[in-house]
Amino acid sequence: MKFFNHMTFGQYVPAESPVHGLDPRCKILVVLVILTGIFMAKHPAVFAAWGVLLAGLTLAARLPTKLVLGSAKPVLILALFTASIHIFFTKGEPLFSLGIINITSEGLVLALYMGLRLIFLVLFASFLTLTTRPMELADGLERLFSPFARFGFPAHELAMMMTIALRFIPTLLDETDRIMKAQLARGASFDRGGLWKRLKAFIPVLIPLFVIVFQRAEDLAVAMEARNYRGGAGRTRMNPLRWRGADTAALILVPLAVFILVYADRSLA
Amino acid sequence: MSHKTVCELRDLTYVYPGEAAGDSASPRPALRGVSLSIREGEWLALLGANGSGKSTLAKHLNALLVPSQGECIVYGLDAADEKNACAIRSSVAMVFQNPENQIVGTVVEEDTAFGPENQGAPSGEIVRRVEKALGDAGLLAKRKKPTYTLSGGEKQRLAVAGALAMDTPCLVLDEPTAMLDPQGRSELLDVLEKLHRSGKTIVYITHRLEEIVRCDRAVILHEGAVAWEGPVTALFLSDLPLKDWGIDAPPLFSLWRDMKSESRPVPPIPTVASMADALCL
Repeated sequence: MKFFNHMTFGQYVPAESPVHGLDPRCKILVVLVILTGIFMAKHPAVFAAWGVLLAGLTLAARLPTKLVLGSAKPVLILALFTASIHIFFTKGEPLFSLGIINITSEGLVLALYMGLRLIFLVLFASFLTLTTRPMELADGLERLFSPFARFGFPAHELAMMMTIALRFIPTLLDETDRIMKAQLARGASFDRGGLWKRLKAFIPVLIPLFVIVFQRAEDLAVAMEARNYRGGAGRTRMNPLRWRGADTAALILVPLAVFILVYADRSLA
Repeated sequence: MSHKTVCELRDLTYVYPGEAAGDSASPRPALRGVSLSIREGEWLALLGANGSGKSTLAKHLNALLVPSQGECIVYGLDAADEKNACAIRSSVAMVFQNPENQIVGTVVEEDTAFGPENQGAPSGEIVRRVEKALGDAGLLAKRKKPTYTLSGGEKQRLAVAGALAMDTPCLVLDEPTAMLDPQGRSELLDVLEKLHRSGKTIVYITHRLEEIVRCDRAVILHEGAVAWEGPVTALFLSDLPLKDWGIDAPPLFSLWRDMKSESRPVPPIPTVASMADALCL
């Protein structure tokens, strides 16, 4: 039995597709535009259109639909929590009352939209990591942030930190899994008792995990130094980023589609 | 084999900063007056129990540590001078014990390219080096695979590939088989034998005597000092107090010695195959 699945956090899935082939800078910018568009969505038809856009991109990226949708799993609880807050605390025309709490039609609509927005945000964001290798993503971010480096912004360091964090997700999940099994073997229980008891049961998991993380960080730093890592200065790339015609086309077409959706949303509202 | 010196350690002493800053009036050094020459093209085994100073010595060869006293000259460069660190690391690559803690990339070829990218090699050159290193380490077919999908043995071979891609004439491996199963261990040793035959200088750190049968020379460290130094064949022939130095002689080795003392025909080096042949004679 595994407590965690490797594929839950939008890990890169190798495939030969037009989306995989795009420059990471293009993908980052396009996703940012999409995320902004999703924040503005207010009409059910527009939410459906976002779904169609996601389906189209999934098809173009040759990714299994189940895998793309599965990346929203970790935020489902957060989405439900956000939605329930809107259900209970939005003012408006009461549909029915539970003591002092009024459930309003405005609240229900807002809850649905907020939940959907959050799920779409995660789906599109994880679409970026599913189709872009972490090293490419880091290179893309580094290049996009490089103009700010002259003002002291640590563009390279942030990009490297992100790459390493992504690289260590499966390792640390494995490690957590191992610790949890070790604690289970010694009589610990993670699924019994109330919320407080369950949270407390995780303390003996978190402490060894933190110790391991610090040990690994120390070892990794030494190994990186041994491989001549001295920060971003003088570093070259095996696959330098190349901006192609397809990137320019994607950077024009997708934001155009987003603009049309936002415009349609405003008109329908 | 030429006898050009790759690394020269002269009376090297090292005290870890924590130990030196402690309350103890006489801090315990991790290395005590070690003098050693590593010759070009040789496969040197560095043996010793846990805490004998093997890893500390290895880190000096890669300029990760600088001597507290004495000298460490690597390819003619003084490792104590910080300015030489980069050049030394471009001449001596290092592989550590736990492969999981030295993999930086998420994809096999990306991780292999990390070293040459740090060296500032041009893109085409990096691709060539990565292909060669992955080919030598037997991982070319897995170049596009995510690193977390590799087995323990493959991960350690990836760490070796990462070091090979740096195109250094010398490779230092710090207990690379410690986390591997017998299959992974044998695969890694096969890769090292191939590299040794191609002329690479290899410093191989271990506490398993059975792993050094393919090496040319052995150095035994005990409590931070050189306890014995000589050809591997001489190590098998000598009556050394290995137990006192914390090194366990494998049963095969004991059998070899017993057969030799009974004047029965024995192979020059006790490998499983050679001993099986000798026993069937």
